[in-house]
Amino acid sequence: MDDFASLVAGFQVALSWHNVGFMAVGVILGIIVGVLPGLGGPNGVAILLPLTFGMDPTSAIILLSSIYWGALFGGAITSILFNIPGEAWSVATTFDGYPMAVQGKAAEALTAAFTASFIGALSGVVLITFVAPLVAQFALRFGPAEFFAVFLLTFCSFIGMGRENRAKIIASLCIGFLLAAVGLDSISGDLRMTFGSTELMRGFDFLIVVIGLFGVSEILLTVEEGLVFKGKQARIDLMVVLRTWAGLPRYWATLLRSAIVGMWMGVTPGGAIAASFMGYGLAKRFSRRGRNFGKGEIEGVLAPETAAHAAGTSALLPMLALGIPGSATAAVLLGGLLVWGLQPGPMLFVEQKDFVWGLIASMYLGNLAGLVIVLATVPLFAAIMRIPFSFVAPVILIVCAIGAYTISNSIFDIWLMLIFGVVGYVFKKLDYPLAPLILALVLGDRAEDAFRQALLGSGGSLGIFWANGLVTTLVVLALLLLCWGPAGDALAALRGRGRMAARAAE
Amino acid sequence: MSLPSETEAPEPGIARRPVEIATALLLIGLAGLVLYDSHGRGAGWDGGPQNGFFPARVGWIFLAAALFILWQSFRRPDGVFVSYAQLRQVVRVLGPLVLFVALIQPLGLYAAAAAFILAFMAVVGTSRWWSILLTALLVPVVCFWIFELQFRVPLPKGPLEAALGY
Repeated sequence: MDDFASLVAGFQVALSWHNVGFMAVGVILGIIVGVLPGLGGPNGVAILLPLTFGMDPTSAIILLSSIYWGALFGGAITSILFNIPGEAWSVATTFDGYPMAVQGKAAEALTAAFTASFIGALSGVVLITFVAPLVAQFALRFGPAEFFAVFLLTFCSFIGMGRENRAKIIASLCIGFLLAAVGLDSISGDLRMTFGSTELMRGFDFLIVVIGLFGVSEILLTVEEGLVFKGKQARIDLMVVLRTWAGLPRYWATLLRSAIVGMWMGVTPGGAIAASFMGYGLAKRFSRRGRNFGKGEIEGVLAPETAAHAAGTSALLPMLALGIPGSATAAVLLGGLLVWGLQPGPMLFVEQKDFVWGLIASMYLGNLAGLVIVLATVPLFAAIMRIPFSFVAPVILIVCAIGAYTISNSIFDIWLMLIFGVVGYVFKKLDYPLAPLILALVLGDRAEDAFRQALLGSGGSLGIFWANGLVTTLVVLALLLLCWGPAGDALAALRGRGRMAARAAE
Repeated sequence: MSLPSETEAPEPGIARRPVEIATALLLIGLAGLVLYDSHGRGAGWDGGPQNGFFPARVGWIFLAAALFILWQSFRRPDGVFVSYAQLRQVVRVLGPLVLFVALIQPLGLYAAAAAFILAFMAVVGTSRWWSILLTALLVPVVCFWIFELQFRVPLPKGPLEAALGY
C-alpha cells in the first residue's frame, strides 16, 4: 500500500507539464532513432546523454527512457513497410509483417505491432511496479560477496543462454572486462594497462564504445547493401485501428505467452532480441494457424513484438533494483544514472523514492504516449525512410562524432569511436555478440570491486563465496546456468548421433 | 556463357577464414599484452588479490577462448566475409569519415562536417550538385544552432568560427 502511494506521487511528478513535454520529445526522437538504420536504442540514448547532463535527473531519465520506448516502437515501422529491421529485435517482425504489407494489409500489421508492443511494455512495467521494490528490499541485505555472485550470475547466464558461438561470447565478455580495467584502479590507486599513454589514463568510456560499436558499424553494414530503400505505402485511419483492436482478444493466449517469455528474458539478460525470436517460435508452434506463419499472419506480428517490448521494459528491473542492466540500452541508462550521481541498486529505492517512482510512472505514461504518437505519425516516419541514404548517413555519422566528443571534450575519443566502429563491423560480420562486451565494460569495474572488497572483508579467503545460504545459492545458480547451454548442446549432439546411427542401421 | 559458373560460385570477395584467423590472432596478441602487463605489476595473492589479479585471470580465460576460436576457424566451412562490391560501398563511407575525423583538429568540427558531406556525397554521386552544396551548408549551421547556441555545448572550433567571432 505504501508503494501504491509512492506510485501515485510518482504520477504527479511525471505528469508535470515539462515532463510530459520531454516524454513526447523523447518518444518522437526515439521513433526517428528506431526508424533510421545505423541509429539504435543503445547509441541513440548514448549520443543524447551528454545533452541531459545539465537537466534535473528525473526529467533527464524520463527523456532518455522515452527515447528507448520510441526506438522500440520505431523498429516495427521499417520491418513492416520496408522489410528492413530498424532494430535487431524487430527482425522476427519482418517474417509476417512484410508479407502483410505486400498483401495491402500494412495498416493492420502496423496497428497490431504497435498494440502488441504496448501490451508487452505494459506487462513489463507492471512487473517492475510490483516486483522491483521487493527485489530491492531483498537486496538491501547483500554484501560485496552477494553482489559479486549476482554479477557472476549475469555473466554466466549470458554464456549459458546465448545463441551465438560460446567461445565468441566469452571472448566478447573478456574484452569488455579488460577495457573496463584500463586506467586508474580505484582500490589500489595504480595505473593499469596504460602503457605510458596519458590518453588511456582516463580509461575507455563505455559511451564511446557504444557509439562506435552500435552506431558507426551499423552504418557500414547498412551501406553494404546499397543506398536505396524501397518500401510499401501505409496510411492508418481510425477504422482500421478499431477493427484490428476488436480482433485482438482472440489472440490472448499468444499475447500472454509472449509477454511471459519477454519478461523472463528481460530480467535474465537474454535480451529483447532472443525474446522476440522465442516469442515467434512458440507462437508458431502452439498456434492453430501455425502453418500460415511467414505468409502474413497477424499472430506472427503480435508474438515477437509483445515479447520484444516485454523484454526491453523488464530489462530495466534488474537495473533499478540491483544496478545490473538487462540489456545494452539499460546499460547506457545506468551509465547516465551514475553521471547524475545516482547509484542504481537497492539503496535507490530508499534514498531516491521520488526519482524511482517518477520513472516508473513515466513508463506507463511514456508507453501510452508512444502508442498514440506512433499511430498518428506513421506516414511521416515512413517518409523519413524515403530520404536518400546519402543524405542521412553523413548526418548520422556527424551526430555520432559530436556525441563522442561531448562526453569528455576530447578529439581522441572521436578517433576511438572510429576504431570501435571498424571493430564492430568486423565483429558483427564474424558473429561476435556485442551486448556482452558492453555489459562487461559497464559492470567490469564494479564486479571487480565487489570481488576484492569481499576478499578484503574475509582476509583473502575464497570461502566467503559459500559462507551463507544466499551467496551459495547464487553461485550454484550461476554455475548451473553456465553449464545449461553446453549441456544442452552436448545432449542435442548425442541425440543427433543416435539418430544417425539408427538411420545407418536401417 | 559464363552464366552457369556464376550461379554456382559465390560473389567474388574476401574469404571469411583469413579474417577469422587474423581476428583470432589479434585477440591472442591482446591477451598476451594483458598478461604481460598484469603479471608485470603483480597478479598474485598478497593477503588478498593484487591489482593485476583480476585482469590476469580474465586474460587467461580470454587467451583460451581466442585459441579455441582460432582452432574453430580451421574447422568451419569457408564463406565470403565481404564481397568486393560491398567492400567498395563500405570504403566509400569509411574514406570520407576518416578524412572528417582528421580534419576536426585543424578546421574545427563544423567546417570538417561540411567537407565530409561534400566528399561523401560526391563520392556516392547520386545527388545533384546544388543539393549537395545545400546539405553541406545547412547541416553544420543547424548543428551549430542546436549545440552552440541552444544547449551551449562547446564543440571544437577552428579558424572559420574564429573569423566569424565565436
